[in-house]
Order: sequence, then structure tokens, then C-alpha cells
Amino acid sequence: MSANAQPVSRRFPVPIDPSPTRGVKRGPVSVGRGEQERAHVVPKVGLSDICLSYRTQGGERLLALDHINLEVRTGEFLCIVGPSGCGKSTLLHLIAGLHSQSSGQILVDGKPVQGPGTDRIMIFQDHGLFPWLTVGENVEFGMKMKGVPKAERRAKVEHYLRLVHLAKFEKSYIHQLSGGMRQRVAIARALATEPDVLLMDEPFAALDAQTRDLLHDELEHIWRETGRTIIFVTHNVREAVRLGDRVVLLTFRPGRVKSEFPVELERPRSLEDPEVALAARAVLDELREETNRSLEAEYRTGLKPKITSGASE
Amino acid sequence: MKRALRYIIFYSALFGLWTLLAKLRVWPPYLFPSPWGVAESLYAGFQDHTYWIAIRVSMQRVLIGYGISVILGMILGLGVASNKFLEETMGGLLVSLQSLPSICWWPLALLWFGLNQNAILFVVVMGSLLSVTLAMEDGRKQMPKIFGQAGRNLGAKGFKLFWYVLLPASLPFIVSGLKQGWAFAWRSLITAEMLYLSLGLGQVLMMGRDLNDMSAVIAVMLLIIAIGYVVDGVVFKGMERHLQNKWGLAPAA
Repeated sequence: MSANAQPVSRRFPVPIDPSPTRGVKRGPVSVGRGEQERAHVVPKVGLSDICLSYRTQGGERLLALDHINLEVRTGEFLCIVGPSGCGKSTLLHLIAGLHSQSSGQILVDGKPVQGPGTDRIMIFQDHGLFPWLTVGENVEFGMKMKGVPKAERRAKVEHYLRLVHLAKFEKSYIHQLSGGMRQRVAIARALATEPDVLLMDEPFAALDAQTRDLLHDELEHIWRETGRTIIFVTHNVREAVRLGDRVVLLTFRPGRVKSEFPVELERPRSLEDPEVALAARAVLDELREETNRSLEAEYRTGLKPKITSGASE
Repeated sequence: MKRALRYIIFYSALFGLWTLLAKLRVWPPYLFPSPWGVAESLYAGFQDHTYWIAIRVSMQRVLIGYGISVILGMILGLGVASNKFLEETMGGLLVSLQSLPSICWWPLALLWFGLNQNAILFVVVMGSLLSVTLAMEDGRKQMPKIFGQAGRNLGAKGFKLFWYVLLPASLPFIVSGLKQGWAFAWRSLITAEMLYLSLGLGQVLMMGRDLNDMSAVIAVMLLIIAIGYVVDGVVFKGMERHLQNKWGLAPAA
């Protein structure tokens, strides 16, 4: 590893030095050159001291999220990685306003989140598209709820379906589409409500590798074109480094911010880029510790702790 | 093709047996009418408009009663499914009430509404309300949670959430309950009509009894079966097929 360290520090802007911190900016809030600016610029999304505890079936309380502090800049592509069970998806649900945290505050544009809002749209792993509506009607749905006039809705459905290359499928039903196409419809549906923040919950986890590569390219393209803020949750570190401006690593239960990795590689990137692989390595080394802890917990109990949703609807 | 053949064989055998028994005069004709006697009754009934009027009146009643059941049942079922307290208390009551034949409400209905159409409607509603409620409760529970989350996330709430998301999302899970509710409504209606002179099919059937005209009784019975079959085959089968086309898979039927 130390033999590789020299070329790494040149190619990958995160300084990797032999010190235990390895140049990774640790701590709850990312520090560094941005700090002074951030003091007076309101972050797009700000999480302060977010805690969430669940009730397990045995009745004991289980801390899922422990004092999460995060700030997401406007237009930033933030990726959150962590082992399964670190509460990364839950964190997205909190930002979306679908659940509420036990304590702490979530601010969007400096205003506290109170329930769901169309300024934050979620894209789910199993897409959550409505099977009783056509592709076009799915994309239209959020605008219809908002009361956007029909003519405008039609135009936007067309625009966003073209953006994800599905214009021809407007009249199809969801079950007629492939997995990758469904995820693209989900992206179009989310974009059509014109949210400031896209919350993506392992959207590509169930797709085959080729489709995923393609969707990475498309997502990066859409992000640059629309300038949205994206918070992207994944367990795939390479994916996180390939897409994100910054990668946040959460610890295994309770979820805490373990470290943050700014990714300053040139775009467009590709999953195969050696720089991406190297940067991913740095994140992976830290992640491995957490993954081991999560596996240990599984082996010890023989099964994942069963969680009854204390905070869900 | 094969299926059609089986139908033809089965029904001609049934018809043949009936004709044979009637021909042999095992029982006297006023107890066991012949097929052509029934056919004559049917023809006469339609000819003098008795059956047309009866069908119209009965259909009107069942549509009103069933409509009320569906609306109330959906509200009740949704309430029971989304409220823990209601589920634990009312859930059990609803299931136990289902063992009560709806015609048991008839005496109360007469007292509350008087001897008129409303009493009949009440019995119809009580007959089908429980099926619809239980189906809706079940459907709401079986429905994948993600639809509700996605809907709320996209800005749907309150009535809009129910109408545009929860209701269509649970339809495949409640369509069999809706069908059962319709069958109960139809049966309750005929029963209630038999107890009260009211122009409907039930009354026409009783009229046949009063006149000792068993051909007419069987003719009306055939009509009742036919209408039930057509509604099931056209309305509900069509609805199921429509849902299957949209959802792709055969939903829980």
C-alpha cells in the first residue's frame, strides 16, 4: 500500500499520507477551504445532530442514527456509503420528510423540514412507479398534485421523457419496461416536479452492470444539465466515487459520519478509470472495518436484528 | 374449442335429464314444470313487460344499495386498516357480523324506515357492506408501502393521496372483495323483495308461488341467476382483465 502511495497522491487530489488519518477529512462536518464561505452561505440541506432510535421487536430501543451532521451545497452531488444496516436509506427518508427523526434538525434552504415536500424528491431502489398509470402519467403525477396546468404538464412530460430517452414509451405501462427503463422513468418523474434536491436511494442496485454504467453516464449528464443537488445513497463505493463530488462514509449501527472524502476528479468519469479505482480504494479501506462489524453482528446473532418501524408511518 | 364442447355436452345432458323427468311425469307438472313450460313463462313475462319492469326496479335498487356499500365500505375499511385502535376493536366485530344473514336486519329496517324501498336498501347495504369493508382493509394492508411513500413524496396528501394513489394501488387486492360484495348485495335484495310487495324480481317470484305457477318461479330464478352471471362475467371479469393488463401480472385474485 505504501508503495502505491506516491502515485496516488499525484493523481488523486485527496492527499494520502501515511498518517493514520490518511489525509481524509474526518469529523462530523467537513472542514477545509470551504469553511469560511459556508459560514455565510446557507447550505441547501443541513443536518444537525440527527438522531433516530427504533424499537426492536424485543421492546428495547436501538439507536439507528447517532448525531449526524452534514451540509450539502447547492448543486453538489453527495454520495453516502456505508455497510447495510447503517441507516443510510433511513437518513434519506428523514430528509424526504417521510419519517421524522428522534432529535436534531433538518434544514433545507435554512428552513426546517416538516413532512414531505416536492422540493425534495426521492428515487427508490425499486422505483416506486405506479403500475396503474402509463409512463407519461407517472411523470405527470407530481405536477398534477401540484396543480400545474395541463398544457404545461404535457410539455414537461415530453421534455423530461426525451431527457431520459424514453419519449417513445409515453403510452406504455410500467411492467412493459426493463429495469433500467423503469429507473429512467423514475428519474424523469422526479425531475418533472422540478425539485431542488434529488434523493436517490440505491437506485441502480438491482440493475445489471451494463445498464448501470449507462445510467451513471445519463445521471451525470442530467445533473450537469439541470444543476440539481443530489444526495445519492449506495453501498457500492466505486459508484459513489464515480458519481459524487464528495463521499460520506457512515459507520455500522449506530450510523455516524465516519469520514468524508472529497472527490475532485475530472468529469465525465467512468467506473473503469484508474483514478476512480484508486480513490475508491481509500474509501473501501475504511468501509471494510464497518462491514466487518456488520458481518460480526450478523454472525453473532445468527440473523439481522428484527426492527419494527417505530418511526415509520 | 374443447371447452365449448364440454359446455355443450354438460348443458345438453342437464337439459335432457330435465326434459326426460318432465316427460316421464315422475312428479306432476305443477310441482315439476317442464322446460317448455318455463320457456313459455319467460316469453309471457317479457311480453307483458312484467319482467322488464321487475329487472329495472331490482337493478336500480341493487345499484343504489351496492354503491352506498362501496363508498361506506371503503371509508370504513381504510379507517380500520390505518388505525390500530379501530383494527383491534372494530376488526373483530366486523368479522363476527359477517356470519349474520343480512335479512336478519329486516325487522329492524321495517321499524326504522317503514315499509318502503329504504328498508330494502338498508338490507342490501348491510348485506354487502361487510365484504367491501373487509376487502378494503385487507387490500390496504397488502398494498406495497412504497406506493404510499412515493405518493406522499410527490406531493399527494389527504383525499388526493387516497383517490390517486391508495385506491388505485389497492384495487387489484380488493376486486375479489368487491365481487363478493356484489353477490351478497344481489342476494340480499332478492330476499328482501320476496318479503315485501315491491315490483322487483323477488316479488315476481313470490307472485308465481301465490299463483302456484312453478314455471314462472323457475323462470324468475333463471333470470336472477342470469343477471348475476352477466354482471360477474362482464363487469368484474372486465375489471380484472383491465387491471391485469395494466399491472402486467395476474394480481391476487
